[in-house]
Amino acid sequence: MVEIELDGQKVEVAEGSMVMHAAEKAGTYIPHFCYHKKLSIAANCRMCLVEVEKAPKPMPACATPVTQGMIVRTKSDRAIAAQKSVMEFLLINHPLDCPICDQGGECQLQDLAVGYGGSTSRYEEEKRVVFHKEVGPLISMEEMSRCIHCTRCVRFGQEIAGEMELGMSHRGEHSEIETFLGQSVDSELSGNMIDICPVGALTSKPFRYSARTWELSRRKSVSPHDSTGANLVVQVKNHQVMRVVPFENDDVNECWIADRDRFSYEALNGPERLTEPMIKQGGVWTTVDWQTALEYVANGLKSVREQHGAAAIGTLVSPHATLEEAWLAGQFTRALGSDNVDHRLRVADFTPAEGVRWLGTSIASLSKLQRVLVVGSNLRKDHPLFAQRIRQAARHGAQVHAIASEHELASARAWAMPLAQTLLGDAWGWPQALADVAAAVAAEKGVNAPVAGEPSATAQAMARSLLGGERKAILLGNAAAHHANASGLLMLANWIGEHTGASVGYLTEAANTVGAQWARAMPQSGGLNAAQMLAGGLKAALLLQVEPAHDSAAGAAGAKALAGAEMVVTLSPFKANLDISDVLLPIAPFTETSGSFVNAEGRTQSFYAVVRPLGQTRPGWKVLRVLANLLQLPGFDFESSQQVLERVQAQPLKLSNALAGTPRLGGATTAPVVASIYQLDGIVRRAPSLQLTADARAAVTLGEPA
Amino acid sequence: MNVEQILSQFQATGLETCFHDRHINAQIYAGLNGRNWSLKDYEARGGYSALRKILGRDGGEGLTQDQVIATVKESGLRGRGGAGFPTGLKWSFMPRQFPGQKYLVCNSDEGEPGTCKDRDIMMYNPHIVIEGMAIAAYAMGISVGYNYIHGEIFQVYERFQAALEEARAAGYLGDGIMGSGFNFQLHASHGFGAYICGEETALLESLEGKKGQPRFKPPFPASFGLYGKPTTINNTETFAAVPWIIRNGGQAYLECGKPNNGGTKIFSVSGDVERPGNYEVPMGTPFAKLLELAGGVRGGRKLKAVIPGGSSSPVIPADLMMTLTMDYDSIAKEGGSMLGSGAVIVMDETRCMVKALARLSYFYSHESCGQCTPCREGTGWLWRMVDRIENGQGRASDIDMLDSVAGNIMGRTICALGDAAAMPVRGMLKHFRHEFVHHIEHKTCMVGADVTTVKTHG
Repeated sequence: MVEIELDGQKVEVAEGSMVMHAAEKAGTYIPHFCYHKKLSIAANCRMCLVEVEKAPKPMPACATPVTQGMIVRTKSDRAIAAQKSVMEFLLINHPLDCPICDQGGECQLQDLAVGYGGSTSRYEEEKRVVFHKEVGPLISMEEMSRCIHCTRCVRFGQEIAGEMELGMSHRGEHSEIETFLGQSVDSELSGNMIDICPVGALTSKPFRYSARTWELSRRKSVSPHDSTGANLVVQVKNHQVMRVVPFENDDVNECWIADRDRFSYEALNGPERLTEPMIKQGGVWTTVDWQTALEYVANGLKSVREQHGAAAIGTLVSPHATLEEAWLAGQFTRALGSDNVDHRLRVADFTPAEGVRWLGTSIASLSKLQRVLVVGSNLRKDHPLFAQRIRQAARHGAQVHAIASEHELASARAWAMPLAQTLLGDAWGWPQALADVAAAVAAEKGVNAPVAGEPSATAQAMARSLLGGERKAILLGNAAAHHANASGLLMLANWIGEHTGASVGYLTEAANTVGAQWARAMPQSGGLNAAQMLAGGLKAALLLQVEPAHDSAAGAAGAKALAGAEMVVTLSPFKANLDISDVLLPIAPFTETSGSFVNAEGRTQSFYAVVRPLGQTRPGWKVLRVLANLLQLPGFDFESSQQVLERVQAQPLKLSNALAGTPRLGGATTAPVVASIYQLDGIVRRAPSLQLTADARAAVTLGEPA
Repeated sequence: MNVEQILSQFQATGLETCFHDRHINAQIYAGLNGRNWSLKDYEARGGYSALRKILGRDGGEGLTQDQVIATVKESGLRGRGGAGFPTGLKWSFMPRQFPGQKYLVCNSDEGEPGTCKDRDIMMYNPHIVIEGMAIAAYAMGISVGYNYIHGEIFQVYERFQAALEEARAAGYLGDGIMGSGFNFQLHASHGFGAYICGEETALLESLEGKKGQPRFKPPFPASFGLYGKPTTINNTETFAAVPWIIRNGGQAYLECGKPNNGGTKIFSVSGDVERPGNYEVPMGTPFAKLLELAGGVRGGRKLKAVIPGGSSSPVIPADLMMTLTMDYDSIAKEGGSMLGSGAVIVMDETRCMVKALARLSYFYSHESCGQCTPCREGTGWLWRMVDRIENGQGRASDIDMLDSVAGNIMGRTICALGDAAAMPVRGMLKHFRHEFVHHIEHKTCMVGADVTTVKTHG
C-alpha cells in the first residue's frame, strides 16, 4: 500500500494505483471524460489535470501512478486553471446545441461546463463541423460535431466488445470517430457505447427525440432475456417504457447490458401487443372481457378433463416467464390432475436431472478464470455478457478452448476473443470430442478414462491446459443443453471437471431457466415432457408465453400438432399463436408485473412493475390464480407475487449438475435447436430495431431455427 | 535513381547539403563527397573499427557493456534529436537483465521544419549509423533493432536498405557478428511522413503498425516500448556519433565540444543565408562563426532573428543571437530558446514575423495528431488567430489571447507537440510584439516586401 496526501487528506491505495483511484477512494471528484473504470487509460481528454508537488507541470490524475508521500492538490489554483483551460478547448468547437441534444440533462460535458466553463466564449473563429455517420439501427451518430474525442467508444470496442468497430481516423482537428469505410457497428454490446459516450455524439437511435431525461422516471428491473439476469434501469414516461439502461451490479452485469436487454423494450409499445382477452369463434377473433374469457377457459378445461381425463391437459411454460408464473403454472396443471407441464422447450434429451442445473460457479468468477472449456455454445451471441467476462479473462491470459460446430463458431475470431484450442465438428461428434479430451486427461493423470477415446494433438493440448492453472470452468452452452445426447456430454464434462478441478455448469438459456427448474415447471411424476406434448395428443393446452412455432424444438410441426387440441389457451403479452389458439389472455410482460428471475448462478432477483399494465393486460400470476379460483382448486389464495415467491422458496434451491451413469457416445445427427440472438423470446422477436441489426438479418438469411 | 542523378537533383536546388569543406573538425560528415557511401569506402575511412574494438576483434581485449556505456557517459554526448538528454544515462536505463526481447530503435523520422541533417547522414554515410546502432545494441544487450525512416525521403530508405544488405553480407550484422557471440538484427522501416511519428512513442506505435499517436508516459519506452518490451530510442545523429567516441575515447569527444556539451553537432542552416546547408561544427562554436560558414546573410541584408533549433524553438533576435554559442546550455540559458535538432533558420530584416509565425502555426495545427484536447483544439485556434492578424483581420485583444491560449497548451498535452506549437508563439510575442501590434493597427506588414512568398495555406 502507498499513502499519499490528496487535498490535505491522507489516502492509502494499492501500489500501482493512479491518483484518480486514490481520489475515488477519498471521495474526491476529479473532473474527467476519457477515464472510465472499466476501460484502459487513455489520458487524452486532459480534464483531470491536477497539481502534484514537485512536478513541473500539472499531471493527469488518471495516468499518474501514486508514489509514497506524493502530495496532490486537485483544487489548487494551478489545478483549477489547468482544468478550466481544458474545458475551454473542449467547448470551442463544440456546437453547444444542448437544447436540442438528447444528451442534454445527462451530459458530462454539460455538467462539468457548469463548474469549469466560462459564461462567454473567447473563441470567435468558425466552428468545426463533422459529418454525420450511419452505423446501423441502434446507434445514432447524427451530430458528430459534439464528439470530444475521448475514445471511450473506441476502447470499449477493442477491450470490452472485443472488436474494434469504431476508430479515430484522420489527424488533428480533422479527427473523427467513425467505422472503417462506413461499415456498420454490429456488436451485440454496441448500446453500451451510448452510455459511456460522455456527450451527445453517440445517442440511442430508437430513443432519439422521444423524451427529455428529466421527464423520465427511473425504475429498477431485471432483464427477461438471457440467463445473466442483467440489472436494468427502466426509464418511463406517462406509463410507457421509453428507454432501458444498465443498473450497475458488479456481481452480475457490471455496468454493461447486451443490446437485446437495452432495445427489446420497443416491442412493449408495439402494435403486436395484446391488450384485451380474445376468443376465437367460428374462426374469427372477438374481443371479450376477462370474466367471459376466464370462464370460457375454465369451462373448457373442465369439459376436457371430464371427457378425456386430466392427462389430456398440458401446459408449456416459457423459461422467460417469471419464477412465480412458472410455479403457478405447474401447480395449476397438477391441481387439475395432470403432470404435463414443461419449460424445456428446445431440449432433446429429457433424462431426469438430480438437481437444478446451473452455471456451476458464480458469474463474477468468469472474469477471473484461467482455463475455460466451452462446449456447444455460440458463446458471444447466446450469452453476450458472459462472453464479455470470459473475454476479460482471456485478455489477462486465460486459455479458452472450444468444442463446437461451425454454427457456434464460424471462425477463429467469431467470439471476439483469442481461443487456445478448438475442436470443430458437427454436434453429434461432440460427445466423442469430449471423450477424447477426457481420455487425454486420463492418460496424463494415469487413471482410467470414462470411455474409450483417441485423443488428437488438440485434445491432448486441451487436456494439458485444463490440468494446469487455477480457477477453471467447463461451460456447456445452449447447443450442449439441447443436444440429443446432452446427458452424455454432461457426464463427460463432470468427469473432466472432477479430474482437473474445473467447475462444470450450463450457461443456461433463458432468464429463468434455473428458476423454472426450481419452480418444478416440469413433469414430477411421469407426465409428458415438452417434446411429447408437442408431438400431439393433448386435448387442452395452456401456453404460458410460449409460441411453439418459434420457441420449441418441434417448431412449426409442434404448433400444428397442438392445433389439433380442442382448446389452446395462450397467455402472452402479444397477439401470438393466432392460428392455433382458441383463447388469448393478455398477461403482463416483465415491465408490467412484479416477479422474479433466477439467473444462471442461482441468484433470485425480484422486481416490481415499472409501468401499469397496458389496456386490459393483467399480471400472469394473477391470471393463473383467478383461473384456479374459478375452477375451485385449493391452495391458490395468494395476495401478491411476493407470497408466491415465499411459497417457492419454502423448498430450498438445490443447485447441482451431477448426473449418475456411464456416458454413452453418439446421438442423433440432427443439430441441436438453438435460438439465434434476436429470436430468443417473444419480446426480442418483436423489437423492430433489433430485427434490423446485422445479426438478426444474418439469422434470417441463414434460415436459422426461429 | 543513381548517385549522379540524385546529386544533380540536389545541386539544382542550390543547396550544398554536406559536401563542402566548411565543416569544423567534422566527424560524421568527414570526407564525404556523395559517392563514397558504400561499405568499402566506409571501411577505408576507418569504419567498423569501433565495433571491431568493442568485440575484441582488433587484437585487443574488447570492451564490456559497462565500459561502452561508461565511455558514452564520459563523452557528454547528448541526444541529437532535440531534447538533448544524456545518451549514456539513457543507455543505462535499459534493464539489461530483462529476460524477454528488447529493442533498439533509431529515430530517423526527421520532420522538424528546417532540419535535414539525418537524411544526409543516412544517404551519404549510412554505415556510421549501422555501426553506432550495433555498438549501442551490444552495450545494452539488445538483439533486434529498427531504423524508422521518415516517409517522405524514400530514396534514403532505399539507400539505407542497400547499406544494411552490405553490412549483413560482410558479417557486421546478423548472428555471431565478426565471429563473436554478439547477435544483432537490424531492419529499416519507413513511415508515411507524419511529423508526429518523430515523437518517440508515436514512432513506436507506427512501427507496430498502428496509427502514429504518442503514448502517455509513464511508462517510458525503457520499460514499456516497442511491442511492450524495453526499448531504447536514439536519434540518427546520436548513433552516428558513437563510433568516433569508441575509437577516440569519451574524453576526446568531450574535449572537442565544451563541458556538458560534448562533440560536434550538425546544424542545418536554412533561410536567408548565402550558402544554406548542413554544417558540422564543434559544440560551443559561436553563432557568428556558423553564420560566416554559411556565407553570411543573403544579399548583404541585416540579420533580424534566428530560430536556433528547429521550428519549435522560440525565436531569438539578432543582437542576442550574435552573442551566443551553438550548444545546449548557451542557447537555453542565455538565449531562452532551445538547441533542439540544430535546424538554424535565419531571417533577415525583410521578414514579417507575423507571416513567419502564421506559417509555423499552420504546420503545427496540420500535424497535431488530434489525440489530446489542448493540442487538437488549441493549435488550430492559434493558427486561425495568427492568420487573421496576418490578413488584416486582427483585433487588439488578439495578442493577449494568443499568449493566453499558447500558455494553456504548454505543459498540458500528452507529448511535446503542444509545447512545440506554443513556444514559437510565445517567443515571437516576446521579442516582436510590436510587429503584431503594427499588423493589427495598420492591417499590413511592418517590414518591406518579402524576398520570397511563403504560403500560409500549405
